[in-house]
Amino acid sequence: MDGTARQTEVPRLMILDVDLRHRQGAFTLDARFQSEGRLTALFGPSGSGKTTLVNAIGGLLRPTQGRICVKERVLVDTRQGIFVPKHRRRIGYVFQEARLFPHLNVRQNLHFGRWFTPKRERVADFHAVTELLGIAHLLDRWPSTLSGGEKQRVAIGRALLSDPQLLLMDEPLASLDEERKAEIYPYIDRLRDEGDVPMVLVSHSVPEIARLATSIVVLNDGRVTASGLASDILRHPRFFPQAGLVEAGALVEARVLRHEEAYGLTVLQAAAGTLTVSRLNLPVGAPVRMRLRARDIILSLAPPEGISALNVLPGTVVAIEEVEGSGVDVTLACGSDSIVASVTRKSMERLGIKVGLPVQAIVKSVAFDRDALGTVHAKNM
Amino acid sequence: MTDWLSPEEWTAVRLSLKVALVATSASLLPGIAMAYALERGRFWGRQALDVLVHLPLVLPPVVVGYALLLGFGRRGPMGSLLAEQFGVVLSFRWTGAALACAIMGFPLLVRAIRLSLETVDRKLEDAAGTLGAHPAWVFFVVTLPLILPGIIAGMVLSFAKAMGEFGATITFVSNIPGETQTIPSAIYTFTQVPGGEGGALRLAFVSVAISIAALWMSEWMARRVRRRFLA
Repeated sequence: MDGTARQTEVPRLMILDVDLRHRQGAFTLDARFQSEGRLTALFGPSGSGKTTLVNAIGGLLRPTQGRICVKERVLVDTRQGIFVPKHRRRIGYVFQEARLFPHLNVRQNLHFGRWFTPKRERVADFHAVTELLGIAHLLDRWPSTLSGGEKQRVAIGRALLSDPQLLLMDEPLASLDEERKAEIYPYIDRLRDEGDVPMVLVSHSVPEIARLATSIVVLNDGRVTASGLASDILRHPRFFPQAGLVEAGALVEARVLRHEEAYGLTVLQAAAGTLTVSRLNLPVGAPVRMRLRARDIILSLAPPEGISALNVLPGTVVAIEEVEGSGVDVTLACGSDSIVASVTRKSMERLGIKVGLPVQAIVKSVAFDRDALGTVHAKNM
Repeated sequence: MTDWLSPEEWTAVRLSLKVALVATSASLLPGIAMAYALERGRFWGRQALDVLVHLPLVLPPVVVGYALLLGFGRRGPMGSLLAEQFGVVLSFRWTGAALACAIMGFPLLVRAIRLSLETVDRKLEDAAGTLGAHPAWVFFVVTLPLILPGIIAGMVLSFAKAMGEFGATITFVSNIPGETQTIPSAIYTFTQVPGGEGGALRLAFVSVAISIAALWMSEWMARRVRRRFLA
């Protein structure tokens, strides 16, 4: 699809348009961003104002000043004196703790929002939602008998069945262990790809947003420090000071090109080139989303010889950004993908790296979206 | 079967039950509203209202009865209004006894409901709001079911208080057999006359039995509610 074809499309609906200031004691939230993503992640360390922001969107809090639009409907505009109360916003909210009603069973909890939705606006299909979330067998249970993961799935289902215009999720998986999280991720994937409710996910985990987000808003100390497409934001380690160079990196979409069964390897085709990784249990042609972490990229001026790494992507330096400490982030264009390498200032000067220089990126390891929590190492034998 | 109590004693028992039931059920809705206002309300004079509601708990019951006599007696401002406008007379009637019992039990009812209201997780109410429930609906489908155990406890306390109320009742509506002579007044009367010990003892037993039954019933109801929550 080329650029001109896109321009003729109907303009996409702006899902979130936020510009607000809120004072709470010594803390000030001053946030301004737009998003049209199917899943917008609000990312930031604790205390950065993520929850305050979603509470303002959900109507649990009245911002001191500002404007909030969801799908181009004004929910808050302090200048015009508009404040739509939470029960009229049609915004689903999945809380950190599931907040299921203890006096209602799972079925009644799921139906709760439906009681308050006008009949003609009831679109979400009860059976489809319970199937999608894998909770159809829990309908007659009481909330107190459910596991943490089951509770959260019921809470997501309850919010979806109220036919929201937008689904807010405030670290819905924070209280769960890795195993339970892994149990819920696929359901959120499916909601993002198959459902028709855009989502906002609060998270402080880079692997989590790398796996789930299509757009990212980075919050730091009450301010938006970056926002945009997930692939653009994740490239820049400096947006993730607390995760640092460890986790940030480029998001690259690829497809399975072929399997090399004899070596137990899989070859992936990305715009940047081919990458060889350990055998993936996926059919040829299947899409994969992976992260090339900035600290896992080594730069070389000439195509390397005599080293064991299989993954070398040719590219051109398009940007060099100073970061705190001794490092710099070097952004490369490799085909239509861009990837980022973290190198020291000393290496940069020694290699004479400057914008426009052709370089080779040696990829030490690849992290996969499919299981972003574990890193599959690129083969280097 | 009924001969172990004299007809006068039966009358007192029936009257006591009637007065206590009417007092408790009539104060239920105002009790819930008052508990809600005191716990959640942010209005001027809330503290003064709190003190006023709790006064019957600390005042001598006779003083409450006397205040009722002044206010709701035939010549009192409220009493004359009720009598002229609605033909309702409270003084020296069983309805007056019910009023006295309701007021004496009111702080107990309000306190019990308020305590359980305090423990209701406001976050659940927020969640209900985001699901589209208007605040009034949130109260009826979330808050009210969650404070049900407190309401039951409050009603039992209020009922028990009404069964035992003596000072305010006798001051306000006197001790008229068949009209205002409840179990406590009847026991008091029995102890004042020679040979009344038997009647006093029998009524005391009835009193104990009713109290135990009420307690047992409330426990049973609270357990049923709790079992649903924590099954």
